[in-house]
Amino acid sequence: MSLAENTTAPTVAAVPVTARGLIRRFGEGATAVQALRGVDLDVGGGELVAVMGPSGSGKSTLMHLLAGLDQPTSGTVAIAGTELGTLDDGDLTRLRRTHIGFIFQFFNLLPMLDAEENVTLPLAIAGERADSAWLGQLMDKVGLAARSRHRPAELSGGEQQRVAIARALITRPTILLADEPTGNLDSKTGGEILELMRESVDAYGQTTVMVTHDPRAAAIADRILFIADGRIVKELAGVTAAEVLAVMGELSA
Amino acid sequence: MIRVALKGLAGRKLRAVLTALAIVLGVAMISGTYILTDTIKSAFGTVFETVYQHTDVVIKGKSAVSGEEEEGGERREAPAFSEAVLARVRALPGVAEAQGAVEDTAQLVGRDGKVIAVGGAPDLAFSVHPHGNQRFNPLTLTAGSWPVGPGQVAIDANTAKRHNYKVGQTIGVIALGAEQRLRISGIAKIGGVSSLGGATMAILEFAVAQKAFHKEGQLDSISIAAAHGYSPERLVEEIKPLLPPNAQVRTGEAQAKQQTKTTNGFLSIIQNFLLAFGGVALFVGAFVIANTLSITIAQRTRELATLRTLGATQRQVRRSVLVEAFLIGLLASVVGLFLGLGLAKGLNSLFVSFGIDLPQAATVFATRTVVVSLLVGVGITMLAALRPAIRATRVPPIAAVREGAVLPTSRFARYGNVAASLTIGVAVALMLVGLFAGSLSTAPRLLAIGLGAASLFVGVAMLAKTLVPPLAAVLGWPGTRIGGTAGRLARGNAKRNPARTASTASALMIGLALVTLVAVLAAGLKSTFEGAINQLFHGDYALTATNNFSPISTASAEAVAKVPGVEVVSGVRAGFGRTSGGKVNVSGVSGDISRVIHVKWKHGSPAVPAELGHDGAFVSKDYAKEEHLHVGSPLIVKTPTGKVMHLYLRGIFVPPKGGSPFGDITISTNRFDAEYQNPQSVYTFIDMAGGANAANTHRLQAALAAFPDAKLQTESQFKENQEKGIDTLLNLLYVLLSLSVIVSLFGIVNTLVLTVFERTRELGMLRAVGMTRRQVRSMIRHESVITALIGAALGIPVGVLLALMIGQAIEYPAFTIPVGTLVVVVIAAILAGLLAAIFPARRAARLNVLRALQYE
Repeated sequence: MSLAENTTAPTVAAVPVTARGLIRRFGEGATAVQALRGVDLDVGGGELVAVMGPSGSGKSTLMHLLAGLDQPTSGTVAIAGTELGTLDDGDLTRLRRTHIGFIFQFFNLLPMLDAEENVTLPLAIAGERADSAWLGQLMDKVGLAARSRHRPAELSGGEQQRVAIARALITRPTILLADEPTGNLDSKTGGEILELMRESVDAYGQTTVMVTHDPRAAAIADRILFIADGRIVKELAGVTAAEVLAVMGELSA
Repeated sequence: MIRVALKGLAGRKLRAVLTALAIVLGVAMISGTYILTDTIKSAFGTVFETVYQHTDVVIKGKSAVSGEEEEGGERREAPAFSEAVLARVRALPGVAEAQGAVEDTAQLVGRDGKVIAVGGAPDLAFSVHPHGNQRFNPLTLTAGSWPVGPGQVAIDANTAKRHNYKVGQTIGVIALGAEQRLRISGIAKIGGVSSLGGATMAILEFAVAQKAFHKEGQLDSISIAAAHGYSPERLVEEIKPLLPPNAQVRTGEAQAKQQTKTTNGFLSIIQNFLLAFGGVALFVGAFVIANTLSITIAQRTRELATLRTLGATQRQVRRSVLVEAFLIGLLASVVGLFLGLGLAKGLNSLFVSFGIDLPQAATVFATRTVVVSLLVGVGITMLAALRPAIRATRVPPIAAVREGAVLPTSRFARYGNVAASLTIGVAVALMLVGLFAGSLSTAPRLLAIGLGAASLFVGVAMLAKTLVPPLAAVLGWPGTRIGGTAGRLARGNAKRNPARTASTASALMIGLALVTLVAVLAAGLKSTFEGAINQLFHGDYALTATNNFSPISTASAEAVAKVPGVEVVSGVRAGFGRTSGGKVNVSGVSGDISRVIHVKWKHGSPAVPAELGHDGAFVSKDYAKEEHLHVGSPLIVKTPTGKVMHLYLRGIFVPPKGGSPFGDITISTNRFDAEYQNPQSVYTFIDMAGGANAANTHRLQAALAAFPDAKLQTESQFKENQEKGIDTLLNLLYVLLSLSVIVSLFGIVNTLVLTVFERTRELGMLRAVGMTRRQVRSMIRHESVITALIGAALGIPVGVLLALMIGQAIEYPAFTIPVGTLVVVVIAAILAGLLAAIFPARRAARLNVLRALQYE
């Protein structure tokens, strides 16, 4: 519990996410695949960073390492000043509880819980009660106040992802990690979800890292990191979707 | 988190119910057994209390043979004592009132001329004093009046009701000798209940009863009321010195307790016997639960991983699985507990149909029944959930973002076969210790055998994972011929997840292995028994009780002896005796017994029975060895009435392996009849001029018309009926074992339903490319049958192995593989597979193709 106590204390001073010299190799010898070949990354408070790249570029691996879901072959990741490499499963779990929010491509809602129960699930797991004002505000924000008693099966894809966003925000995590949040949605709904994510950054100062290959992410991101062959090859800010597409074309070529 | 587990359970109701069913039956068996035996015990207890409620002190005959703990088995065993005791007792100042009674056995004969009998229930005879004080009378009239004079009888209310007898009608009564037709003067109850477990009652006037049972001047009991101010205990002390050695005195309360204790001892055996089958069903249920939970956890991999990414610890995940198991176990146990109420009735009818009738009163639902049922049901479920729960904790959070993530295999998975072999080794070692370690006492040996058998099943189940692919390939082959593509796909599906198929089949294996064990042992027993009977019995006809085994009065044999053409009538009398070595069975034979019963002689010849005279005896080889006897050795045997026989050993015979036709010690009929009160025969054989033919049968039947208690059979009928006894017991065991087979069926249903659910998209694809609903159903059916056949393929060898080990341990006379029965087992497995597939196959065929394809 020592870590949980430390991490629940305000750590505003610490940079939310720091990664240094990340290398991730899968397999051994001749068949080894080098997914990441040395990545350094800092994400500042209230920043929305998009990580983009073609398939197999290593962007998902980077995401998994930042979340502590996977361990780097070498290099370090620190979330809110805590280095992940030194943590055991229990401490890592408690760190996720307090500091990390997830948004998945396939929503990953629990089918037997209704929308509101899904949203408050992280608190339930932590044994905490939901702050009803905050919950109400979030449900309003994601536009689901009227559908809070519906189960995932009764919601559209876009609505399910909105539930997932509210679920990620409910704990006010240090960092919100989104893994292809629009990957399983049609383009109109995807656009709405991206806007919602931008709004949460603006309204609550929610630090966010998003892995995507949706070029429209350009419009909402403060910074775009392009990744190819396991390295960050380019960093842009304030560009349009068309410019992003052009860079992506270059990288895949 | 607990709420999540609750919601999860509520969201998967069908699955929860299917899982719970696996435990429900076992718990029902346990609660049903307790309810049944408690109810019977309370019924007996109430009866005995009521019978002695106005009796302060009771004097009874005392067998010189049985110890106190064996008392109450044979009603005729306790001897009658002199009526003079009554006068002596009455003279005591502490006795307010005393009344003598005769208690014996007498059969009632129905309108069809046959003895009225409900299974093995006793046929009791009572005496009453119609004009005396009724305070001691254990019986109460429900109609009519008490019998007066030799022409009248009162009968029990149960018989009257079941056979529609009314006051004023006549009924046949067999006391000793021939049947008598008596007028029914009244209908009575005993101890306030109309039936003592199907026992019939013939109630005669006291003096009539004395005469009918050849007990003139004798009594079986005296009931005494103490004078005011005298305690029963004090009276007992005062009466003791007045009694002859063949009588004993107790307070009424002590006598009621003693009789209750005797019946309870018998009921405890039945209780443990039934509980064992409940235990087996629960053991199988544990397999089913473990398997079902494993499958659901594999299917919920992503869900569990998501929980982990949201901050759930491994402990929380484990706890959520255990909470789910706890709730399923609790639900199943509560349902099972109440189902036990119904099952108690079912068990009772089962016993009645197999000839064991037990008395009934108000149902007893004891706290112990509730506690044990819930504890065992929940406990077993939680235990079975342990492994799946630990597996659930191994789901890594990263599985939340991977499509088609599967549960990681255990670190020890690759040592699976080593672990399985070790388990089997330990199991066999445990069983060998249990079976052959003669120095240990019975309880630890039974425990070792039970644990050994359970570990053997677990070990084989662990090994089964490796055996499934080749077994499925072979056993699925016929399906590929019959079912075509559906059969081929089914075979592939059965091999797809060997661990799952293996543990589903293993549950069935247990039941089938036990059925095989019983079948193999029974086949050996039957063949040796048959051999023994064929070797031993050589009369044209046999005369036995209508139920083939109870001893009957010798009067019928005497009647037969007078039939013209009869050459030999020779039977075996049976009674008890006591030697320095303990209680023994004593038989009496006439000189010509060797003409109808053939045994080998170790010392002496077939002439020995004819040369026994007054003090000769012969014994079996084993008894001689045990007691260090040889020809010429003196034998001292006490009869139940306390008489002492001084005998000399004249011969030693060698009984066949299937059993001895005689008791431990055999004496001449003449000596037997002189020493034993009302001698009885177990069987009598008859040789006639011309052998068995219709004319002879007719003549014998005519002579036996007045003896409905005796059954005449030809030699072959007799042999057949003797073997039938084994079949009856065998069928009872099969019925009880079928319970565990049914539990494993739920296991197959579970697995198939979950598999269909898991393969929704695949089934949609198959339907989309042209598979008909029929073919889908057929595919599921084939997979089910393959699983069931794997269960049989594992169960039959395990059963044979168990039979071999147990057979060796008890020096079993013959080892026979009952091919016919085993074929039936295989057919039963196929039918079980088809049955289990009905529901899942329908579900699979009903899938909406479009929706199935979109299913995520």
